[in-house]
Amino acid sequence: MSLDYNPGRPEDLVEHDRVQTPLYEDAALFEQEMEKIFAHSWVFVAHGSEVPEKGSFILSWVGQQPVIVVRDRKGDINVLVNRCRHRAATVCEVKKGKTSSFQCPYHGWGYGLDGSLRGVPYPEQYGKDFDKSALGMKALRVESYQNMIFATLDDGIEPLAEFLGPAKKWIDLFMKQGGGYPVKVLGEHQFTVPMNWKIQLENTTDAYHFPVVHKSFIQSLDKEAEATFNFFDKAGFVEDLGNGHSVAVMIPELIDLDENLDDPIPERFEELAQALRDEGFDEPRVRKIVRATGGAGFNLNLFPNVSLSLAFFRVLRPVGVKETAIRHVCLGMDGGPAAANRMRIRLQEHFQGPMGFGTPDDAEVWERVQRGTLGGRELPILVNRGLVDEVPGVDGPRGHLSAETGMRASYQMWKRMMAQ
Amino acid sequence: MSGITTVDRDVDLQELAAFVWREADILDRCDYDAWLALWTEDGHYIVPIGKGENYEDQVNVCYDDARMRRMRVERFQQGFSISSAPPADTVRTVSRFVLQGATGDEIVLGCAEHVVENKFGRQRIYAANLTYTLVRTESGLRIRNKVARLLNSDGELTAFSYLF
Ligand code: FES
Ligand SMILES: [Fe+2]
Repeated sequence: MSLDYNPGRPEDLVEHDRVQTPLYEDAALFEQEMEKIFAHSWVFVAHGSEVPEKGSFILSWVGQQPVIVVRDRKGDINVLVNRCRHRAATVCEVKKGKTSSFQCPYHGWGYGLDGSLRGVPYPEQYGKDFDKSALGMKALRVESYQNMIFATLDDGIEPLAEFLGPAKKWIDLFMKQGGGYPVKVLGEHQFTVPMNWKIQLENTTDAYHFPVVHKSFIQSLDKEAEATFNFFDKAGFVEDLGNGHSVAVMIPELIDLDENLDDPIPERFEELAQALRDEGFDEPRVRKIVRATGGAGFNLNLFPNVSLSLAFFRVLRPVGVKETAIRHVCLGMDGGPAAANRMRIRLQEHFQGPMGFGTPDDAEVWERVQRGTLGGRELPILVNRGLVDEVPGVDGPRGHLSAETGMRASYQMWKRMMAQ
Repeated sequence: MSGITTVDRDVDLQELAAFVWREADILDRCDYDAWLALWTEDGHYIVPIGKGENYEDQVNVCYDDARMRRMRVERFQQGFSISSAPPADTVRTVSRFVLQGATGDEIVLGCAEHVVENKFGRQRIYAANLTYTLVRTESGLRIRNKVARLLNSDGELTAFSYLF
């Protein structure tokens, strides 16, 4: 990349209705984002069900930093930078599992589940004032909401609940797809795309792309389901929730899964409904579980790295200025009927992941954005759609479902954080 | 396994390899109607994640019964999917054939697959262990099940516009 372009102050690259091309491709700007945004935000690292028991752990990331999310003997969650305090080797390369301690493979330093340094082989050569208590693994500040675990490298930022603000009530609604059971991670799809992370950040509350990019998915559905996914015929909207968060309501009748339980069961769920009846569930339970199985009717985008999208989590990880890794986390009902979880898995496979009917087309257009920005870099990226008929919503500006209100929300937060 | 001797005597590895090579050629040419015709109606085309074998209850990259296979092929052929219009070009080889068993009308065959894909002049390489359950029918060999276990299947892959 040529470096003849001087980006100046990052915050000048974002206006309310447009952003500048270097946001996608300037390597120096990317470095600043890692520091100013990812080191000072609440970053989603895992769902509690991925570390269900004492000693359960899973590897994750905070920005570009590898971390271990682990439940200790007291049941508390710790998020530890996966780096030995001796000479920096990763102490764990098992993606997920259960352990009673972590031992560095290089010289054998041993750490407890809370990251504290427990033992050092041949300690004599360090002398008497060797202070083990100062050499624990680097632990991040951790807070959870609805079993979603977030971590931050900044001890000074506001509590998670405050950062989420109005997004909390949407998280509550989203979790109703447990159907009366706790929400549990059933598995995930993971893939990388040669694109800047913000191309993904923009996407989850971008309903404008859906009928175009996902036409082949929509056509694979039956008529009834096709109507459900014809978003623009309905009373949907997209709303700025503050702090970079936004929600896009695509299927208004599925905002609250405890409501409208008397609606007819869609044809594609009839087989599941019958299976549940055969298992002995009464009709109200059948309806509640069936409705939960289909997922919520909205996408909630949480700045900077996770969204709750219809029935799954979409987690982004900035790998490099033009490389982003994505997890599509499949959710189900912990202890719920196997038939319902099976159907949720099949629905996830249908759309998500490297061979889904949706994801490959998303990946293609995202890469095309990255490729397109090689040309005409003086041209702006337009995020002005829907400004003409935006109105005040409940928690912030509300636009037509196809509006770029969600992108404007994210970029205003980006601007605020990058100016600090 | 004592069955192996019987297998070796009764099954012609060359015949099986020729069948799998023909499928590989069909997939590289994206001749998906011909591909669908290689299958029986009852089995699954599976690209699993990780080492698990309880495919029905785990998240897979794909888990296709006959209906899903047909839908997948339709998606490729209709021209509305930007990632498959055009798809990445692929060149694949299949080798290291090992007979894993034969009972009744079923033959289980393992082999290695290497696929190189090209899109936008960017080439990527994928490798998979393939396990076929083949059946002999009146019209010749058919696929009942095919499991394509990719290297790093439980890590980060990339989007695919073709089949393994
Ligand atoms: S680097 Fe970990 S013990 Fe030496
Ligand atoms: Fe999409």
